[in-house]
Order: sequence, then structure tokens, then C-alpha cells
Amino acid sequence: MSDVTQQRSGAQSAIPGATYREMEQSYDVSYVEHPEHEELLTLNFGPHHPATHGVLRLISTLEGEIVRDIKPVIGYVHTGIEKNCEDKAYWKVIPLVERMDYLSYYFNAMAYCGAVETLLDIDVPPRAQYLRVAHLELNRIASHLLWLATGGLDLGAMSVFFYGWRDRDTILDLFEMSSGQRMHPRYFQVGGVAEDIPPGWVRNVKKFTSIFPKRLDQYAELIDNNQLLLSRLRGTNIVDKDTLLQYGVTGPLLRAAGNPWDLRKAHPYSSYDHFDFKIPIGTVGDNYDRYRIRMAEMRESVRIIDQAVDGLPEGDYITSDRKYALPPRHELATSMEALIHHFKLVTEGFRVPPGEAYYPIESPRGELGCFVRSDGSSKPARVHMRDPSFVNLQAFKPMVEGTYVADLIACLAMLDPILGGIDR
Amino acid sequence: MSAPLYAEIGYFEPWWMQIAKALAIFLVVFNMVPMALLADRKLLGRFQHRYGPTRVGPFGLLQAVADIGKLLFKQQFVPRDSRKWLFIAAPIISMVTAAATLAIIPFSDTVDIFGVKTGLYGVDPSIGILFAFAFGGIAFYGLMLGGWSSNSKYSFLGSMRAAAQLISYEIAQGLSIIGVIMMVGSLSLVDIVTWQEQNVWLFIPQFVGWLVFLVAGFAETNRPPFDLAEGEAELVGGYFTEYSGGRFAAFFAAEYLNMVVVSLLFTTIFFGGWDVPFWDQPNWIEPIVVLAKMWVFIFFFIWVRATLPRLRYDQLMSFGWKILLPLATLNALVTAVLVVVLD
Repeated sequence: MSDVTQQRSGAQSAIPGATYREMEQSYDVSYVEHPEHEELLTLNFGPHHPATHGVLRLISTLEGEIVRDIKPVIGYVHTGIEKNCEDKAYWKVIPLVERMDYLSYYFNAMAYCGAVETLLDIDVPPRAQYLRVAHLELNRIASHLLWLATGGLDLGAMSVFFYGWRDRDTILDLFEMSSGQRMHPRYFQVGGVAEDIPPGWVRNVKKFTSIFPKRLDQYAELIDNNQLLLSRLRGTNIVDKDTLLQYGVTGPLLRAAGNPWDLRKAHPYSSYDHFDFKIPIGTVGDNYDRYRIRMAEMRESVRIIDQAVDGLPEGDYITSDRKYALPPRHELATSMEALIHHFKLVTEGFRVPPGEAYYPIESPRGELGCFVRSDGSSKPARVHMRDPSFVNLQAFKPMVEGTYVADLIACLAMLDPILGGIDR
Repeated sequence: MSAPLYAEIGYFEPWWMQIAKALAIFLVVFNMVPMALLADRKLLGRFQHRYGPTRVGPFGLLQAVADIGKLLFKQQFVPRDSRKWLFIAAPIISMVTAAATLAIIPFSDTVDIFGVKTGLYGVDPSIGILFAFAFGGIAFYGLMLGGWSSNSKYSFLGSMRAAAQLISYEIAQGLSIIGVIMMVGSLSLVDIVTWQEQNVWLFIPQFVGWLVFLVAGFAETNRPPFDLAEGEAELVGGYFTEYSGGRFAAFFAAEYLNMVVVSLLFTTIFFGGWDVPFWDQPNWIEPIVVLAKMWVFIFFFIWVRATLPRLRYDQLMSFGWKILLPLATLNALVTAVLVVVLD
């Protein structure tokens, strides 16, 4: 804010009994910051607005219907998760980080567990890695489906909203089957996964992967052949890939602009290099490309899931190192050592050697990295997430400047920010 | 010689019959509003792979009544900075104009009721369709004043959109009818239906005009994909953002009443009104035929709502001015030439 604005707001709010009108005027910064335009209107989107996907607040400056300036204001769901993590034992942090980006909970847990495993230098058994991949990709589809649903609603295509939820629900059923929870399942553990999959889970996954591509075809029929939607999406909110890189944008947004950066290929983790899949990229970087990229990613995810459950290796689902993983229940009755390990783990937790680790993975929204610093105790000294929504939101201003209000909403939908991840 | 105010009807209706039929038409058609509301919710549910309302009453049939009843018992909030009398007047304008157009919809030709010769329509003015356009034009004042007087930025943007939409689509709609008027030779809706009864339903010779009228009709009712003035995702309700309680219910009901009225206009002007082809239908069935045809269009409205996304402001304008208006003009021109040549 300029000095003039501060003076104005200061002077006005200092007047006792200033009317609501005057108070509002003092926040009307458009006239001050954009003196060249006289007919500007400051419009406050959010934090409670149906299209801001949570509690994002957008202070937009409009000239008629055209957006001249935009200021995203965040922090409305700041819950201090990162700070809370410092007060929990390592294995108790997992349910906390899952609640950051509440649509890609498996990814949060994966990034955190990956960072801790790097610090501990323990090996994750191949079965656990494959199970992780299957769950991650299911989660990616679920997240993209929710994007499709809400994005469709923002564009006015309200049926897509319900179709998206319908398919997402079958995925949540799978999550419930494997871990007992539909959201925030705390399925990933340091060293593997919490439980082996129940019988019949693979069959249900195969059922889903056989149905879902047909559903995607239906949605493509509904959306791709719809001239109204095409004209809404094509050629809007274009930002080139170099600018996006300067803003640190990753994920589908960057790939839509033509940069094939995907951490699953660039730095394979959790045995992603075993799977055969493609990285869809766009050409222009408009909203249509962003839409097509995510639709194509869902198809690729289905392929990965199929490969993961088909080639699921036999063996342990969690590391056999009893210092970090709970012993099997039956051992407690017979083995003194198992009892000691169990006691140590559930009371103090395991200790992690001092050091720092940064573990980046490809979340549905881009590079999700978890930074963990250990001081040698059983609680992390610092946990920090590089959340892709937060970084991607920076590119929102160059995307929407000079476009229509309706495109602002469409662009926000295609940006797909999750405020839980942004504010943490 | 001055033109007669009313078309030559050649009979006299007593005052009590005029009041009775006005009441009957209003009550019957106004009761279509909750039915349309329920149909909207039920059908949208089916389109969207869910059930729709099932709880209130048998099969959820009382859902619309419950909705409206709930709204009527809520607080009617008036923003402090609003222009109060305009704010209060706006929903009334919307309702009245939507209901007024009903007066000219013919449900049947003249019939004998208790030995009195009566036209089953409110009035049959010689200006005919222009009456509908006039009230359609005024209807937008309801939206515009409602948005403007709220003194809210969202409402303001919504009302500006409504004004732009009015100008863009009223003209195209008016021009699209000219072909019909030239073929029939009368503005009266009764004459138009009678002509269709004797010749052919007008959507066949006037196909382009019908398409333009259909699109413009969607724009006039503010139904998706032309619900920009409402702009749920962008403007949080647009012109009625600040409305609550009964006034909101009035806007809400006016939207559905508009949908009913426009469907009736489609039926009357392009789909033969009370006419059933290849059958000399009895008089008593004719109002039912009109309503049945109307429901086909209401279904179409709902279907479109379930399928299509919203247009953008500039796309709406360019569609109206660059496609619909030239198309309607061309249609009028071609019809004029053909009418003269074939005559």
C-alpha cells in the first residue's frame, strides 16, 4: 500500500463514529494505486465465496468486467500444523501433515515419510512401495476428480459436479477398505504402510480401473465436444512456461505450458521407475490445456494403478526393522524384545539421527516437498512443506490480469489451489 | 381511421366472465411454478445421477412448497445503504411482468361456457406479441433495479450484465418474430394459432426464426446458459445477492414463471398452440394440449441447464450481436421476399 492509502485509512479509521461507508472507502485502494484509471471498482471475492475453493480472499480491481489487478489474501485456515509437528513424535506427525492439503492426504504423508526415511536411511520393502504407488495414484485421481467437479461448477456445468463426486466416492470406498478411513487415512508409515491390503481390495481396484476410463470418455464427450465450454477455456489466461518457472510453478500448470517436468520421471521415488506411463504436456498453456492435462493424467494414473496391483510383489508391507515399525501383534505375547520395542515406540517413538532432509514428490498440484530437520530426539525440530498450491498461487496475478471476471473464476478453478495446503 | 384497441372478436364477454377467466388462467399457470420448480429439482437429480428431493411429502412432491414456505417465513433483509423503495419494488416488478404476459396466451379459441361465448385467453389485444415484448422489456427493470438499489458490488455487476443482456437479445427476439407476423399477417396470438391450425406449424417454415427465438427466450428467462446476471459462481447470485426471504422467493418464482411463460410463447407461436395435427380435437382438450406442449419445453429448459456451462459476458454480447441479430434480420428479409413472391 502506498503512503497515501495508509494516510487515508489511518485518518478515516481514526474518526470516531466513522460510518461503515467511510470505512469501506478507506479500503478502496483502486483509486490510489491506479490513478490512470478513473472508473475502477474494488471487488472483494471471498473469503466466503462459492468459487474460491475454500477461504481464499481475492481483492480484485475491476474496470467494468475486466480484471486490472488482483491481490490474493491467504491465511484464513492457518492452523499451525507445521509448528504442532514439532511437538509430536515422528510417527504421530503423519496424521497432522495429512490434514494440510486435505485432498492429497496420501501425498502429504508420502512426502513426510519419505523425508524421515531418508534421515533414518531405512529401506522400504517393495510391496509397500507398490502399495504406496497404487494409493498415491488413486489419490491423484480422486483429487483431479474433485477439481473436475468443482471446476465444472465454477464454469456453470453443474452436472459435471455430481459426476466427479460419484467417481471420487468409489475411490474413497477403496481407501476405506484398505485403511478404514475415507479421508486422512494415515495409511503410510515410516518404513512402509500401516497394514497389508485386505482380501478383495485388488479385485475392487481392478473393477474401478476397468470402469473409470469409460467414465472419462463420457466426461470428455460432455466437455470436449461442447462449444460453450471450449470457448470458455480456449485461449484464456495464458502464461508462458518461462514466466511460470520464474514463479516456481510446477505440476499440471507447468506441464500445460509445455514443460514436461514431473518428479515421477525426473527423480523417481517409491519405485516409480518400474512403471510404464507417460507425462502429458500441453502446448499453449491456456485453461483448455490445463483441463486436458489433468484429464490425461487421470488416464495415465489408471495405467500406473493397473501395473502396481498386477505386479504387486509378495513380502513385507513394512520394514522389518523393529526399531521403527511396530512388531506384529502375535509376537508381543511370546517375545520380550518385541514387547520392549512396542513399548518404546508407543511411548517415546523412535529417535532420528541429527540432520536435514528434503523429499520432493509429484502431488496432483505440483512439487510437494517435505523438509524435516532432526536434532536427534524423537520429535522433529522442524517440519516444513513446500506446498504447490501456495507457490502456484503466485502466478495467479499474471494469469488473470486483463481478463474478464468470468475468466478469473475459470482460471482459479484450473489453478486448483487447496487452501488447507496454502495456509497449513 | 384509428385502429381498434382489441381485435375484432365479434362477441361480448360479461365482466364476471373476464374476472373468472383471469383468475382461472392465473391460478392454473401460477401453479405450474412450483411444479416446474419440483420438475427442475427432480430432473436435475436424474440427470446428475442422484434422486433429487424424496423426503418432503410422497416422493418429495411437496419439496417446492416447503422451499417457498421456508423462504416466506425468513427475515426480509434490507441493506442499510440500499434505496429502500426500489429494493422492495424490484421483485414485485419481476413477478408482475412475468404474470402479465400470461394474459395474451391463448389456451383455446372461443368456447361456450354456461351459454356465454368466451375466449379462453385473458385478452386478445391487436398488438398481440408486442404486449409480451413490452412486458419482457419491463421485466429486466426488476433485475436491474434490484441489483442497482442493493448497493452491493456483486449486485451492481449482475444488474449491468442484465442490462447488456436485455439490449442484446430483445432486438434479436423481436426480429425473429417478424417472419411469423409476415406469414400470418397478424400480431394477435389467437390469429397466429388459428393460422397454424389451418396451415402448418410455424417452426417448419420459420425454422431459423424459431431457433433465434429459442435462444433469445433462454436469455430472457435468465436460465442457464444465460444466467450471467445471476452468475452463481462469479457474482454469488448477482442481482439478488442481497435479497432474502419473501423477496428472494419472488425473484426465484419469477424466474420459473418466466420459464413457464416463455415455454407457452414457444408453444403458441411456433408449435401450433392448442392444435393437434391430423385430429379435429374437442375444445375441452385444447388447454391441456397447450400445457402439455409447454411441459415439453420446460423439460428442454431443464435439460439444457443440466448440460451447458455458462457463457462469458463478452461471448454473450458477441453471440447476440454478431450471430443472432444478423440471422434474425436475414430470416425476416428472406421471409419477406418469399411471402411476396409466393403470394
